[in-house]
Amino acid sequence: MPDIAIAARPANTALAEQLAVITERWPAAQPAMVAEVVQSVLATMRGDLTSVEAALLHEVAELGRTITTARAEIAALQVDDITASHIPSATDELDAIVGHTAAATESILEVCEMLDGMAATLDAAGAQALQDATTRIYEACSFQDITGQRITKVVATLKAIDSKVGHIIATFERKGAGATPPRPPPADISLLNGPQLPASAMDQHDIDKLLASFD
Amino acid sequence: MPIDKSMNVLIVDDYKTMLRIIRNLLKQIDFNNVEEASDGAEALSKLRTSNFGLVISDWNMAPMTGLQLLQEVRADARLKATPFIMITAESKVENVVAAKQAGVSNYIVKPFNAETLRGKIEKVLGHA
Repeated sequence: MPDIAIAARPANTALAEQLAVITERWPAAQPAMVAEVVQSVLATMRGDLTSVEAALLHEVAELGRTITTARAEIAALQVDDITASHIPSATDELDAIVGHTAAATESILEVCEMLDGMAATLDAAGAQALQDATTRIYEACSFQDITGQRITKVVATLKAIDSKVGHIIATFERKGAGATPPRPPPADISLLNGPQLPASAMDQHDIDKLLASFD
Repeated sequence: MPIDKSMNVLIVDDYKTMLRIIRNLLKQIDFNNVEEASDGAEALSKLRTSNFGLVISDWNMAPMTGLQLLQEVRADARLKATPFIMITAESKVENVVAAKQAGVSNYIVKPFNAETLRGKIEKVLGHA
């Protein structure tokens, strides 16, 4: 098989050169000993490896080192604190804000209702003036609903970050997911966006025009 | 045709303060028979066991949203003609279009004022 002989000759030459270098550097090393070591190394590699497979093995080894480095860096960052302390604390604080504003709004409404009740003791003009004032207070109190919805959106975002971070940690720690499946979202979830920022929101006039366009 | 202000009105919102605000605003325009529900499912249950001349509902509630409530109302032979006003912070075009397609009678964006509420009720009940 002349083709194989031609192809093998340069490899044999290179091997002979390598053996010469080894013998020069380590005079005590016999080619038989070197061959034995090489055979031993090759024996640990099950099956014949192509150059592509060897490159793949190299990539896998690199990936392993990258994962080890990432795990060490994540451990150094103490990301457990994010899910165990920081985000729960932030969401608790925001929930408390919603609770406090709701309680304050309830108190304001209660007093407002008392004032409405006093209208009967006033003359017509006084009663009307009082009702106009309480109406404005009722309208203003709707801030609690709007701010509550905005804060709820922020809490949902924080919880999503919490979940993602937890997932990353679990992946690197090789823990099972084990999380409770979330409640299925409503069919109109894509339409549940909460209050828009004032700059991009339609006002009542815009909505009235849009509704009228259907008639 | 004069509006019958003695009718039962069902207001639906998951924020207690908003229910209280709407109740008081309705009281100021002489609607005193007001019932409350905190989500679509509770509202639907009340609608199916009592008679209401008007529904005023928020959209963003769980487990049943205001839009789903509206769709249930419009699909119910006994309830389908009930005037239904959506009061919501959802103000995107697609929201208004979806509500209209589902058969909403009118749409109020939060925050709203008493005059807007009164005007929309008069318009809706005037056409009822």
